[in-house]
Amino acid sequence: MGFFDKLVNGLNKTRNQLVKQIQSVLKGKSLSPELFEELEEILISADIGVGSTMEIIENLKLRCAKEKITSGDEVEEILKDEMAKLLGEKEQLKPAPTTPWVIMVVGVNGVGKTTTIGKLAAKFGEEGKKVILAAGDTFRAAAAEQLEIWAKRSKAQLIRHEEGSDPAAVAYDAVQAAKNRKADILIIDTAGRLHTKTNLMEELKKIRRVISREIENAPQDVLLVLDATTGQNGLNQAKVFKEATEVNGIVLTKLDGTSKGGIVIAIKKELSLPVKLIGVGEGIEDLQEFDPKDFVNALFSK
Amino acid sequence: MIFENLAEKLQNTFTNLKRRGKLTEKDVELALKEVRLALLEADVNYKVVKTFTEKVRTRAVGEEVLKSLTPAQQVIKIVYDELTALMGGSTAQLDLSHSPSVIMLVGLQGAGKTTTAGKLAKSIKEKGRKPLLVACDIYRPAAIKQLQVVGSQVGVEVFSLEGQKPTTIAQAAYKYSNQNGFDVLIIDTAGRLHIDDELMQELVDLKKILSPQELFFVADAMTGQDAVNVADSFNQRLDITGVILTKLDGDARGGAALSIREVVGKPIKYASFGEKLDSLEPFHPDRMASRILGMGDLGTILEKAQQAIDEKEAAKLVQKLTTDDFNLEDFYDQMQQMKKMGPLNQLLEMVPGMNKLKGQADLGAAEKEMQQIEAIINSMTQKERRQPDIIDASRKRRIACGSGVKVQDVNKLLKQFSETKKLMKQFGGLSGKGKGNRIRMPFFK
Ligand SMILES: Nc1nc2c(ncn2[C@@H]2O[C@H](COP(=O)(O)OP(=O)(O)O)[C@@H](O)[C@H]2O)c(=O)[nH]1
Ligand SMILES: [Mg+2]
Repeated sequence: MGFFDKLVNGLNKTRNQLVKQIQSVLKGKSLSPELFEELEEILISADIGVGSTMEIIENLKLRCAKEKITSGDEVEEILKDEMAKLLGEKEQLKPAPTTPWVIMVVGVNGVGKTTTIGKLAAKFGEEGKKVILAAGDTFRAAAAEQLEIWAKRSKAQLIRHEEGSDPAAVAYDAVQAAKNRKADILIIDTAGRLHTKTNLMEELKKIRRVISREIENAPQDVLLVLDATTGQNGLNQAKVFKEATEVNGIVLTKLDGTSKGGIVIAIKKELSLPVKLIGVGEGIEDLQEFDPKDFVNALFSK
Repeated sequence: MIFENLAEKLQNTFTNLKRRGKLTEKDVELALKEVRLALLEADVNYKVVKTFTEKVRTRAVGEEVLKSLTPAQQVIKIVYDELTALMGGSTAQLDLSHSPSVIMLVGLQGAGKTTTAGKLAKSIKEKGRKPLLVACDIYRPAAIKQLQVVGSQVGVEVFSLEGQKPTTIAQAAYKYSNQNGFDVLIIDTAGRLHIDDELMQELVDLKKILSPQELFFVADAMTGQDAVNVADSFNQRLDITGVILTKLDGDARGGAALSIREVVGKPIKYASFGEKLDSLEPFHPDRMASRILGMGDLGTILEKAQQAIDEKEAAKLVQKLTTDDFNLEDFYDQMQQMKKMGPLNQLLEMVPGMNKLKGQADLGAAEKEMQQIEAIINSMTQKERRQPDIIDASRKRRIACGSGVKVQDVNKLLKQFSETKKLMKQFGGLSGKGKGNRIRMPFFK
């Protein structure tokens, strides 16, 4: 199965619900305030957010007026275009120019950080890379064990300490190990934390500092994992994590489980943080690159 | 990103509306636009928003604006009342009448089932019962280990069987509890994505075997518009008995609560406020209503206050806070009380009007600032504290000198104080006097 098919598959739910709804609203109708209102509702129900929705609808109205569009059917292309515009260009997770490539993974509780790291490790392992995982979640019960199972599956090495120990110390040891063992990639797991807990956000900053002190320019990537079922609070999360840890990319997980995927549009628009990866299933192969064009096309493909 | 709260928005919408009397259709229309936005920004499902605003419209048009309220406050009162009503009356009790009583937890991955299982076990144990935790999540790596760690933290035994099907584990656990005198079973199940029919079927089978008295759907307060669909599909297959809402310790407005309650029609029984195992509380509809509206919660803050200070003092504090003769001495006392109540950010969340400071303000810096304020007030005479108006330039210099700060800092404090006072007065004129120390909401009786 090619990438596109997979994406289409993974997004099946979203496509079915969101697009079918949009298409049924637009089909054979003439443009009216009610029609725009219905579109607005559909976008909001996809968690796109009130702000982004209003912007999309406003632009849509303007363009329909300018291009003298009167039938609902033509609106689809324009809507697609407007949504793609908000998402911007594709931005990939690119290997760092120097080794070790350090990737730090952050996010609130329960979004799927550890699973994402497991999938990443497996992917890099398959590419023949030497991967070290750092069990920086020293808080949640059995978090290190969970990562250990993933490490075994992907033949990555694991650096872990006792439960309850200082995560910055884990990061430090992992960085040393990565340097000494000449690893290609070091991925650092962190405990889930709500962005409102100032002291825990300070802890993340400290982990980041420890890494930067030991390796120049590291961590080269800080990924914020967001759960696709998250509503508008996702924006607050992204904002605070970005400020604290210089997040440079989003991993959007559980996209297969929810019928909505709209939050990515709001995130990009409000924070210009690109989505780099998406999780569309629980298997190792279900971590995909995010391509805005494919995403929108997949949303609208029949 | 940090939204103005609904109260402020409505105040602004109505600034030109000084008129009293009845709310007209046009007034209500204007207000409902803001209400709708606020609810959507709080993740209330858009369909629920629609029916809800209709309900409010019907009730609000033609309603007399109460003497003590502005039209904006009148609308908020209606919205708040309706929201509270929608989220249900008093919270139901746990059904523990059977032996063993069975409680089953279901929900999406990462919602907080395992953690909640531990919390429930703790509170049930504290009631003098003998609970047994049962590990039926055999899929997530290390899930059983997680429950074992949680179990040992609360001192409750965990039943698990390596390499067995959940239904087999459940049956064995049932037998085990009978033989060993356990009288409550708490079943932790595998998280799932609701489209997964296979796993859903497994839950249905588990339910059949266990006939649980309580079957809770565990939901994350940060969930967006999809919350109702997920809850609905769990309910359709499993006929849940209630909902437990988790991660309310963050700043999510939690519109999912309202949406699920409205669409699924099952009560929300517990609210979870943290990862620690004692952070499970009964659900309070009125608090949730103010939270969804982003209007803080004086009720909670007062309860917290009571833990730290005695009731009389709390009553005095509230009185002071909301009346005219609030002075720097009270301000100082209040700061001392606040220190006892806990970290600033938690408190800010609960004070109406302060909510938007949160997230903007660096709270570490805020704590430092509090120390400075303390030092400044300490350098004032009693008279100055009681009548800040008399503090002139030379007094300011003396105070600055005494507390080791700049004159600007003294100025800043005085300005802040007078603003706080204004704010408090605004709330005070409207708040529930005569209710002793329990004010439910800033605007209402
Ligand atoms: N901040 C916060 N975290 C919570 C709360 N409840 C659970 N968690 C965290 O959410 C994550 C997922 O919880 P878990 O119990 O493993 O979820 P499960 O997959 O449904 O069993 C863990 O990191 C928990 O520590 C809560 O009320 N507040
Ligand atoms: Mg679990």
